Amino acid sequence: MAVKKRQKDLTFWERIYIPEIVKGLSLTLKNMFKPKFTMKYPEEKFIPAASYRGRPVLVMEENGEERCVACGLCSRVCPALAIEVQAGETEREKERYPEKFEINMIRCIFCGFCEDVCPEEAIVMSKDYELAFSNREEAIYGKDKLLVPVHQLQDRIDFLRNYK
Amino acid sequence: MNIWELIITSLIKILIIVTVMLLTVSYLVYFERRVSAWAQNRLGPNRVGWEGILQPFADVLKLLLKEDIVPVIANKPIHTLAPIIALFVAFTTYAVIPIAGTLNIFGYSIPLVVADINMGILYVLALTSLGVYAITFAGWSSGSKYSLLGGIRSSAQMISYEISMGFSIGGVILLAESLRPYAIVGSQGAFLWNAWIQPLGFITFVVSAFAETNRLPFDLPEAEPELVGGFHTEYSSMKFAGFFLAEYANMIIASAMIVTLYLGGYNLPFINIDSLGLSNGLVILIQVLMFMIKTGALLFFFIWVRWSLPRFRYDQLMNLGWKVMFPLSLLNIIWVAILIMVFKL
Repeated sequence: MAVKKRQKDLTFWERIYIPEIVKGLSLTLKNMFKPKFTMKYPEEKFIPAASYRGRPVLVMEENGEERCVACGLCSRVCPALAIEVQAGETEREKERYPEKFEINMIRCIFCGFCEDVCPEEAIVMSKDYELAFSNREEAIYGKDKLLVPVHQLQDRIDFLRNYK
Repeated sequence: MNIWELIITSLIKILIIVTVMLLTVSYLVYFERRVSAWAQNRLGPNRVGWEGILQPFADVLKLLLKEDIVPVIANKPIHTLAPIIALFVAFTTYAVIPIAGTLNIFGYSIPLVVADINMGILYVLALTSLGVYAITFAGWSSGSKYSLLGGIRSSAQMISYEISMGFSIGGVILLAESLRPYAIVGSQGAFLWNAWIQPLGFITFVVSAFAETNRLPFDLPEAEPELVGGFHTEYSSMKFAGFFLAEYANMIIASAMIVTLYLGGYNLPFINIDSLGLSNGLVILIQVLMFMIKTGALLFFFIWVRWSLPRFRYDQLMNLGWKVMFPLSLLNIIWVAILIMVFKL
């Protein structure tokens, strides 16, 4: 009877098994002293790359005004119906501004459509991922929480200009 | 020493040993989690107290507060009995293992072992085979197929490996000419450790010890990916903790047995402690430390192996047990017999 040769037959030393065990053990021992991958979270924080889609925020210009012209496109495109915009009139050149701009962070699915659709580069996704609430009211972010100075968002804006 | 003094000293020794065992067991669990994490480039539990040093107590507290769920179709008395047997076996076996020589204190000379009996090794073997009942009962009484499979595997595995374990011990007993643990440690002295004289027996014993304690690579009775939790699938709360404690206590016993039988017990390596001319207290201290270091190293080895090797398949396990370990341990006995004939050891 012909002996069927397997794809990989064990050699004599592999059959004895003990040298192989020693090999395996030395590998795990080596790994015990290697640097760890774990991040000690509350003390050490993960800083995402520019392509990360965190909490959507409104861009605040250097003079403290928002870029948003309250066109309502973002609230229109939002698949989760998380954004609510109410426009108001202003004396400034752009004529409109959001009187009320609310994002319900329980509804938001971080798809980034609002950012995609915005003609003014006024709403962008930030790197903020620490979103925890103890009640539903807290989860509705108004303008006070949404406005972020433009220099903090430069990363994301550059990314959008390159790849959008 | 009259009978009352004997009882009191024994009680003190039991108290110390049980306390040390419980502490070691709880820290062994913590240590296992840390070592496993290190082996996988993780950090492991490091939150409770400094570097997670209080983690074991938090775990026990959590287990105490858990609801004790017993399946409706379980055989309740046996379901309750199983973890009790497991703990009983785990904490009584230690009675015969000597930690150090004889301590002279307050005019008494106290051997540092709970019971210095002349058939200590048989006692250990008898009790560890009782441990099978705990697992088989647990598996059978749970009324769950996974538990039952775990129980069956466990009984088959323990019975197979007990044979090679017994035969490997045979070699040790041939050399020591006694079943008394003190005599076995004494016969090895500082130089002629059984691990050097009979490496084959050492290996078979260590492998069997792994199998007997249900540790990886032989943890088929609980094989998580196949059997959920194996024999303790249907256990919760302190009953589960009982099995958990028993498993780690068994690890300590297995390590202590390996040290006693093969690694010269509490003796210093290559230095005869009596020739140093130290006081009795110092000698005992060194011996206790030596014993703890050796046992600790073996415990680390147990954990280390668990996080390095994959689990055996059931048929591979049986093949290894009957076709490799059993003949090897027989061969070891012949080897020892030849040694005794030739060198008159």
